[in-house]
Amino acid sequence: MTQSRIDTRFAELKEEGRPALVTFVMAGDPDYDTSLDILKSLPSAGADVMEIGMPFSDPMADGPAIQLAGQRALKAGQDMHKTLQMVREFRSGDKDTPIVLMGYYNPIYIYGNEQFLADAREAGVDGLIIVDLPPEADEELCVPAIKLGLNFIRLATPTTDDDRLPQVLHNTSGFVYYVSITGITGAAAPNTTKVAAAVNRIKRSTELPVAVGFGVKSVEQAQVIGEVADGVVVGSALVSEIAANLDGNGETACRAVTNLVSELAVGLRSTKLKKSA
Amino acid sequence: MTEPVEPNSFRAGPDKEGYFGIFGGRYVAETLMPLILDLEQAYNESKEDPEFKAELENLGKHYTGRPSPLYFAEGLTKHLGGAKIYFKRDELNHTGSHKINNCLGQILLARKMGKTRIIAETGAGQHGVATATVAAKFGYPCVVYMGKTDIERQSPNVFRMKLLGAEIVPVTAGAGTLKDAMNEALRDWVTNVEDTYYIIGTAAGPHPYPELVRDFQSVIGQEVREQIMEAEGRLPDMLVAAVGGGSNAIGLFHPFLDDRQVQIVGVEAGGLGLDGEEHCASLSAGKPGVLHGNRTFLLQNDDGQILEGHSISAGLDYPGIGPEHSWLKDTGRVDYVPIMDDEALEAFQLLCKVEGIIPALEPSHALAEVIKRAPKMDKDQIIVMNLCGRGDKDVFTVGKALGFDL
Repeated sequence: MTQSRIDTRFAELKEEGRPALVTFVMAGDPDYDTSLDILKSLPSAGADVMEIGMPFSDPMADGPAIQLAGQRALKAGQDMHKTLQMVREFRSGDKDTPIVLMGYYNPIYIYGNEQFLADAREAGVDGLIIVDLPPEADEELCVPAIKLGLNFIRLATPTTDDDRLPQVLHNTSGFVYYVSITGITGAAAPNTTKVAAAVNRIKRSTELPVAVGFGVKSVEQAQVIGEVADGVVVGSALVSEIAANLDGNGETACRAVTNLVSELAVGLRSTKLKKSA
Repeated sequence: MTEPVEPNSFRAGPDKEGYFGIFGGRYVAETLMPLILDLEQAYNESKEDPEFKAELENLGKHYTGRPSPLYFAEGLTKHLGGAKIYFKRDELNHTGSHKINNCLGQILLARKMGKTRIIAETGAGQHGVATATVAAKFGYPCVVYMGKTDIERQSPNVFRMKLLGAEIVPVTAGAGTLKDAMNEALRDWVTNVEDTYYIIGTAAGPHPYPELVRDFQSVIGQEVREQIMEAEGRLPDMLVAAVGGGSNAIGLFHPFLDDRQVQIVGVEAGGLGLDGEEHCASLSAGKPGVLHGNRTFLLQNDDGQILEGHSISAGLDYPGIGPEHSWLKDTGRVDYVPIMDDEALEAFQLLCKVEGIIPALEPSHALAEVIKRAPKMDKDQIIVMNLCGRGDKDVFTVGKALGFDL
């Protein structure tokens, strides 16, 4: 496969010797225009890779912060067409920042798998994370996505044991997303010692970068995780900034998110990746 | 979708990946996947294990009170003036519904797997009560997720669960009904995956749940086969059962699926009518999608967002349906029809008066369909309806709907 924007970005950061800051915000939260403004401001604030949530009515793996973000977006009229349009608009002004769409399978299935993949590719999407599509269902979306040149990023979890890891890594591209806890997004803080061991275990089985997410909220946490992983994902903390600034105009929410991203980015830029054991 | 080919047997599913045709499967987060595979292995071992079967049968007999009677409803039959109507009286089970059949089976699996904590979701509260019951009997802590709306309309069952030692967690997300409770139970499970067993109450969810719940409920249909042969010397002409997620219905239907002379009817909650969104008729008015671990018919909008639905019966208030029912609809083996809230309410009252039985609102939907069909049938024809729950829990809801101040 040709090198994707995700591959390129992680390769650049490896040269620099620092971990990627991977941001997550929900498309259309709190409304289309503000959400697009937030996306446009993230790269200059320090986001290296951007995950964009596709809102779903029943986000079974998400905690309250991201549940509410999805509800705000849906209430404001967000749907899959608008999410893809948002990527298109972003991409017209930024050719380099990798975009990963993250969400659940049903809205894609209803959009039509083939049509979705073609439209996502055309809009400038680089990768997909679909929470409820395990490797057992690869033929449905993962394999067709790879054929179109999209990365399919798999979640590995603390319950993914050595027997299962090869199956999870097979067909994974771009990076591996290590879920740092057994739980939902934005829940308890991960135990960094265990995370380090898990990341090293995964790295022994793959050349792909490993990003760690679920429960990373502060600069300090991000730095500790950034010492052992190739990327740190921050999501719930960012959408919580939106939730806390709904009273103001869109600019207030946008500024709150970019401020936090800047802090995280500054923190991570001073973090040097330890060579994995 | 292409027209499905008629299978040689309707009883062979699911395949080893958990599919009934295109329906079913295992659409879950990676954290749960290893556990689902463990559960499948534990279930496959147990269903071949004579000791497991013997223990379950023994519990069924002495704890639940099986076999439940197959009762000839003479009063209703006379009243309607058509086919002979039999009720499979699973409402006489311990805990008041068919739900206990499944809970006993699953608690034995939980014990076999070494789990130490039980969680469940509940709509009407019947499954929650049955789960709290088996957790109490086997000495497990139990957490039941229940939508806030359902807690309000099913308060007797909420108190029952508390008496049985369960912790009730109100779910305020969404409309606060069964689907939201199931989301929250899944979130608990993914967080406490090491020690927790999730007793799903209906024949839905990721494989192997639809299969194992069906198997534990199939005792209903197996008993009916024997009992109707004893009573009438032949199989019935028609089976009727209410379908929410579909566990009581699949339990009755499954042993008869290959008896093509037996017509089978599943009754969905038509709520206030199929024109708007105030119903739960996922088979009659939904389309295939993926939710809660399986592909099945779902009530959803054009963007794949799941709708809340509505039914007067909290137990039918679910926007999905077990995947095997979706397949049985697609293959045409089972007819699925909607019954409206007001039809179910009338049926509820009729049964109280002509048979002295207060049914739950869920089987009242099945009963309303029987009331429509029986008069058009010959007097020597036989209908068996699953009277899957008793109505004590619903008297407040019915009272309110009829304008009584209880």
